[in-house]
Amino acid sequence: MSRAGSSLNETGVKLNGDPGADLSVFTKALTAAESPETRLLSAFKKDTHARKAYLAGREYYSEEGKTFELRLVRRIKQQLSADPTTRPEYPSSLGLTQFTRRATEVALGKSSRAIVENRAFGVQTPGFTAAVRLGAELLRHWYDGGAARCGTVYLSSPLSCADSLAGIFQAAGIPDIRQYYYWDDEQRGVCLEKLLQDLEKAPERSVVVLSASAHYPTGADLSQNQWAMITKLVMRRRLFPFLLLPAQALCCGDLERDAWPVQYCASQGMELLCAQSFSHCFGLYGEAVGHLLCVLKQNSLLLSVQRQADKIVRSLWAQPSVGGAQVVATVLSNPAHLVEWKQELKSIVERCMLIREVLRERLRLLGTPGCWDHLTQQGGLYCFTGLNGEQVEFLSKRRHVYLLPIGCLNVSAINGRNLDYIAESIHLAVTTSV
Amino acid sequence: MSIFSDVPLAPPVAVFKLTADFREDGNPQKVNLGVGAYRTDDCQPWVLPVVKKVERMIVEDGSLNHEYLPILGLPEFRSASAKVALGDDSPAIKDNRVGGVQALGGTGALRIGAEFLRRWYNGVNNTATPVYVSAPTWENHNSVFTDAGFKDIRPYHYWDAANRGLDLAGLLDDLEKAPERSIFLLHACAHNPTGTDPTQDEWKKIAEIMKRRNLFAFFDSAYQGFASGNLEKDAWAIRYFVSEGFELFIAQSYSKNFGLYNERVGNLTVVAQDSENLSRTLSQMEKIVRTTWSNPPSQGARIVSKTLNCPELFAEWKGNVKTMADRVLLMRDQLKSKLQDLGTPGTWDHITQQIGMFSFTGLNPKQVEYMIKEKHVYLMASGRINMCGLTTTNIDYVAQSIHDAVTKVQ
Repeated sequence: MSRAGSSLNETGVKLNGDPGADLSVFTKALTAAESPETRLLSAFKKDTHARKAYLAGREYYSEEGKTFELRLVRRIKQQLSADPTTRPEYPSSLGLTQFTRRATEVALGKSSRAIVENRAFGVQTPGFTAAVRLGAELLRHWYDGGAARCGTVYLSSPLSCADSLAGIFQAAGIPDIRQYYYWDDEQRGVCLEKLLQDLEKAPERSVVVLSASAHYPTGADLSQNQWAMITKLVMRRRLFPFLLLPAQALCCGDLERDAWPVQYCASQGMELLCAQSFSHCFGLYGEAVGHLLCVLKQNSLLLSVQRQADKIVRSLWAQPSVGGAQVVATVLSNPAHLVEWKQELKSIVERCMLIREVLRERLRLLGTPGCWDHLTQQGGLYCFTGLNGEQVEFLSKRRHVYLLPIGCLNVSAINGRNLDYIAESIHLAVTTSV
Repeated sequence: MSIFSDVPLAPPVAVFKLTADFREDGNPQKVNLGVGAYRTDDCQPWVLPVVKKVERMIVEDGSLNHEYLPILGLPEFRSASAKVALGDDSPAIKDNRVGGVQALGGTGALRIGAEFLRRWYNGVNNTATPVYVSAPTWENHNSVFTDAGFKDIRPYHYWDAANRGLDLAGLLDDLEKAPERSIFLLHACAHNPTGTDPTQDEWKKIAEIMKRRNLFAFFDSAYQGFASGNLEKDAWAIRYFVSEGFELFIAQSYSKNFGLYNERVGNLTVVAQDSENLSRTLSQMEKIVRTTWSNPPSQGARIVSKTLNCPELFAEWKGNVKTMADRVLLMRDQLKSKLQDLGTPGTWDHITQQIGMFSFTGLNPKQVEYMIKEKHVYLMASGRINMCGLTTTNIDYVAQSIHDAVTKVQ
């Protein structure tokens, strides 16, 4: 065993583990379970079948099956890189002011009372997860005046879909994660009645995480009427809304429409947090452009909450990266760019809608049992097919078509070349399995 | 009632407040020696020529995919970072027991490392493991480890104010007395804020005690290449520890040596006993990253990776880094000479003995206040100056101001 001063074995490694034991200091680290997505992707990569299709990815894929850069984004990046006035220095921990201002406006609407009354501020974050994490940390730190109670967080069911969200809140130190009823398998949509029942039972001051649009992974969103009823309950039960806006404009090509829930809550005088991402709607996946919007009840609180956010950021990532945010700020600040951007987005959105239509129609023609209207009732990138675990496994094992275990698929990954095979596969999954 | 009603107003961060005050100062002779970034002789931030070149290449490259990066980051970036830190011929790399996690700057790397250690080191979820940081150290070190959950952050002796150098005896004593398995945060080179590094012999003594007492070495490496102008020299301590068989972490930052402050490029290099321990460790780090930022930003990592992995670009980068390091060395030299020429009381050897961006001048808080208020020369209350704030234009004024501060203010 190793003794102090014993000679180094040239080819071996001298250890600084326990004296008398050859243990690595990392011995206690267990192998973390792979996320279902990682396992799925590995399986897909090893799959040699000629017609294999991966429908579980998170990015938007073009008709050619690739992720791509919006033409406008590419041009702006070129302009920015040729700009001689860029200064390489640390940005503020809260991010680029031009970006946070635009991101705040795009979520709340320029004339929002919250903005006019200086009750809203934003923090640029390295992506959507980081925005949720920052919001969770803010809530945990200052819930109920910093008392020991750190509150409860409600996520939409099924909880397995919200797995990563739950992990973020737990990492921020909020262990109590519960669910409220959301997706109903039989109705193949949102069950409002059960949702309201669950929230009615939530302890006061609980945080309720609600998807403003493009609910992941079901694609099933709440109607305006449903929002009105939910917000009434949230206000009456004194719950705190944490809204998610991961893909604004990607649902129906309309910025305002996707942000309506955020604007509605703010107009009701509610306090809220909203995590936004610009990855999807700008094709800036690799650049981690996220934003946490904070709307307060009183503007006297703004500075202190902002400083706390700053403090939290400084020990997490110190400052966000600027590249992607500059692109977004440039587009959102320029009317001509906005028009061009909306047009490029429109073609993406329309393609997704078309794929949903065509898939539904194909299944109808094949005579696939069941009702497939939910495919076109939902919007955005993701589609909750309603297929069960067995059927999903059938698809991957026997047909080499990969969906998330919960039965969700990315519609953009379907294209002219694989549509027939995929429709046929779904048909077989439904009719073949017991 | 707002749920945020009781949020107390946190004080502003000192160094940013200093810069804000500097901006508002209307005096034409004002000098900012507080900021922690490189400045040219014209007092401008500097985009490294190699970075500009590589950025254009990336923008023009039509073949790049635009997907999310893997959670652990760009693979070519991570492997190149390990090589930069440990050397191309590192036996540890050849043994497949070195890995990396791309992170948001040096801070991100520190945080991921800290979160891992709090969960999996010295037992499971042991928040009581003592974490030692140098006295003084970069303020954020404290926050990162505290927010990662550690309850016991302690200082270790480092700066000897009386002798304006390293308090080696104090340091070694702290190492001997630290509970076994304690974590020690070490600055790989160019100590922030003192600029004072242990010599090679002093590093050997530190390593000997740490090995004997099973202390964990967590290196903060934010200035590789920037300190001496030589990558290998600035990595000597890290490489020595690895050759001595330590398992360790290195939080690397490319903010200063690539001038990529705003792209947040960092890497947490992990050296483990063997590849099996390494992969378990990385799997847990992936889990931690998933709940922090999930996928790191690609831009900065692409720039660094392209540069490090291409021999010509790598050589060009080393030249750029040396340019920055040389300018700092020149300013150190000139400041010391001018103070000596002015006959400023005290010894000023520490200015050229210290290394890297920062220098602990030894000015006391009253003298610092005088510098700021009367001379409009902005520096940290600790007496720390950023050598990059000095230029051939302002160095005479600064030297004179220091002279006045030392002679007029006790």
